[in-house]
Amino acid sequence: MQGNASTATTQPMIPLPHRILKVRRETGDVFSIETQPEGDESDFHFVPGQFNMVYVFGVGEVPLSISGDPARTHTLTHTIRSVGWVTQALKKMKKGDRIGVRGPFGTPWPFQEAAGNDVVIVAGGVGLAPLRPVIYKLLAEREQYGNISILYGARNPDDLLYGKELEKWRGRFDLHVDATVDSAKRGWMGNVGVVTQLIPKAISDPDNTLAMICGPEIMMRFTVNELQKQGIENSNIYLTMERNMKCAIGFCGHCQFGPEFICKDGPVFSYERVRNIFGKREI
Amino acid sequence: MKSLQPILEEHPFFKELEPKYFELLVGCASNVRFEAGEILFHEGDQADRFFLVRQGKVALEMAPPNKEPMIIDTVEEGLVFGWSWMVPPYQWHFDAHALTLVRAIAIDGKCLRKKCEEDHELGYELFKRFFSVVTERLQHTRVQLLDVYGAQV
Amino acid sequence: MASSPRIGAKYTLDREALQNLIVELTDSGYQVMGPTMRDGAIIYDAVRSIADLPEGWTDDQEGGTYRLEKRLDNALFGYNVGPHSWKKFLFPPRQKLWTAKRSDQGFEIHPEEEEPLRYAFLGVRSCELHAIAIQDKVFMEDAYVDPVYKARRENLLIVAVNCGQAANTCFCVSMNTGPEAKAGFDLALTEVIDNDRHYFVAEAGSERGTGLLEKLSFESADSQEEAAANAAVNRAAEQMGRTLNTQGIRALLQDNPDHPRWDDVAKRCLSCANCTMACPTCFCSTVEDVTDLSGDHAERWRSWDSCFNLDFTYMGGGHTRHSFKSRYRQWMTHKLSTWHDQFDTSGCVGCGRCITWCPEGIDITEEAAAIRKTPKSQEKKK
Repeated sequence: MQGNASTATTQPMIPLPHRILKVRRETGDVFSIETQPEGDESDFHFVPGQFNMVYVFGVGEVPLSISGDPARTHTLTHTIRSVGWVTQALKKMKKGDRIGVRGPFGTPWPFQEAAGNDVVIVAGGVGLAPLRPVIYKLLAEREQYGNISILYGARNPDDLLYGKELEKWRGRFDLHVDATVDSAKRGWMGNVGVVTQLIPKAISDPDNTLAMICGPEIMMRFTVNELQKQGIENSNIYLTMERNMKCAIGFCGHCQFGPEFICKDGPVFSYERVRNIFGKREI
Repeated sequence: MKSLQPILEEHPFFKELEPKYFELLVGCASNVRFEAGEILFHEGDQADRFFLVRQGKVALEMAPPNKEPMIIDTVEEGLVFGWSWMVPPYQWHFDAHALTLVRAIAIDGKCLRKKCEEDHELGYELFKRFFSVVTERLQHTRVQLLDVYGAQV
Repeated sequence: MASSPRIGAKYTLDREALQNLIVELTDSGYQVMGPTMRDGAIIYDAVRSIADLPEGWTDDQEGGTYRLEKRLDNALFGYNVGPHSWKKFLFPPRQKLWTAKRSDQGFEIHPEEEEPLRYAFLGVRSCELHAIAIQDKVFMEDAYVDPVYKARRENLLIVAVNCGQAANTCFCVSMNTGPEAKAGFDLALTEVIDNDRHYFVAEAGSERGTGLLEKLSFESADSQEEAAANAAVNRAAEQMGRTLNTQGIRALLQDNPDHPRWDDVAKRCLSCANCTMACPTCFCSTVEDVTDLSGDHAERWRSWDSCFNLDFTYMGGGHTRHSFKSRYRQWMTHKLSTWHDQFDTSGCVGCGRCITWCPEGIDITEEAAAIRKTPKSQEKKK
């Protein structure tokens, strides 16, 4: 376990105060919150893939993946879709407000395994959020990797996250960026279709390609199928899982996924590890 | 003018097709070019050909009743679209317009239909290939229908 | 009086010594918890003297049935496990984790501090010792440590009691967890009623145990007394009402998520969560954030939860396990199979509580046997 290990392991159930620096609307119901730790430790360290439990006073706590740059340790960014009480309360918060944060928890994306190989990132919907720290890190150490592709699927052009950054990344010569949407109005010049259609073009050397996937489970299932079709080994496919979570430290039992606890064995898993249960209904 | 045969032979859609058929296909094929924004065909038009896209991007559009048209699929280089020429009443089910400059090979469906009737082996080969395109398109449509990125996880 | 007591050696104590043991523990600052009778059941509660113990009572258990009955003798521990387990003391059913107050800065969080409780458990059965060891793995031996559990556990003193009889719902022999207490206790007692003589054969399992014996009047057990104690435990082993074949069960259940038996049990299961509340190893919990009417005070409470509750898997507009089938499957597969992956042990100790306290009498041993009878591999051959 990396990051703020000392506080996380000694008082893992106590949220630490964070001050909100910025609340930014991303798309219709998705927004990002930047915060800064207030305690003695003013930096927040994490590894891409990890998540936090975020508390709103008097409302409750939810697990949120971290979506900011791991190198910028003075701010912590979460990108959130407002769907429940806590996320709706978060959406209403303003600069200067305080929230509580427990974490970081969970396993990182496989950077060591990716080094020296091509990397294909496949994101669906808000699934791009937990993968954005990966992109920052890959770009910061660009020379360590082969070809890097970012494939992104969303519902419609308005729901594409991080539009400006996507454009910036698209402009780089050392990055292949491709996005698609389920449907679009006239005027959209990009792709319409499913994200799996973008995969064949992004893979040139399947034996030396590592894939990282995040999105709704059903989208990840189709993506795994397509990656397999393109010749990528199960052990080179990684994905991140989501389940109800109350404690994030292996006590509450809610996030069990077969033999795995998403909170401490995951959320990032190799497909090889979970393939017997992945996609099984109601596991 | 350069023969279209090498282009057809290289296209993934015709992979492993018996060489004898290419001459026949070339006879039905023509080079086409559409400027960005140009309409390839409208819904309800006579569907008398299909396209192998060589360059650019084509948008397939449908108009929901009383709503502005929606792009439901895009087709890029290397792909094939259009199978309405195979099924009566041979009419297009959607609009297609070029999003960028599009270069494609258009293959005359009327001509090919006749040849398929004469040579069922060719017909079977083509139907197999189109069937896999249709299946894939149907599968994608189903996934889009699921609205996987909606609020439901 | 024998020489200083040693760990592992057998001694005898009479009823009076047992009474003195309770007093000694209480005087040493322990809250002594043991079996008492309430509402027609034997439950674990504060015990001040042997008069609080269910003397002369026994229980009759079957799937969905529990009844107390008078014994023909005055045994103090002549029954098996009831609806409660010791987990309620170490892992409280409801526990305040912290309090938050509104402040100029927004809010301040104050962790709930507790003076570590000093419990002495009297009458812990072998299956229950194993259950405690299993929860130790969950709450103390992984990446994170539960501070409340750890504090209570470290202070805990355990007086085990070997079973002299088994219930119809018992299957500790199958689970290799009893009936004889072999480790994890400070003191272990075997109750012997031999004609007119009523005594306990005692064995210390720790220095604390020998220290306790030292303060009581004890004798070295002679071979006849030892034999009488062994006979009592052997009798319990022979009386096991149930068996569960654990051979390869980890793979068996994980390989059979689509077995038709899950549909069958789903028709009987009420998803009432009784089995998980009664189970001495089930550890799932939820948290509840509460505020007062002013909105200036908030508290977080942790309470027992169950994988049988629909909301257990609620997430962004849907439930992962919405069918009863999936919930029973999760519970039993976890208990007997994936627990091995997670904690290197079975999650079942064979205490039979889930069978007795299931309103439908669903029997985990029967369900496991049914799946074993026609596993997937055999179905395919058909």
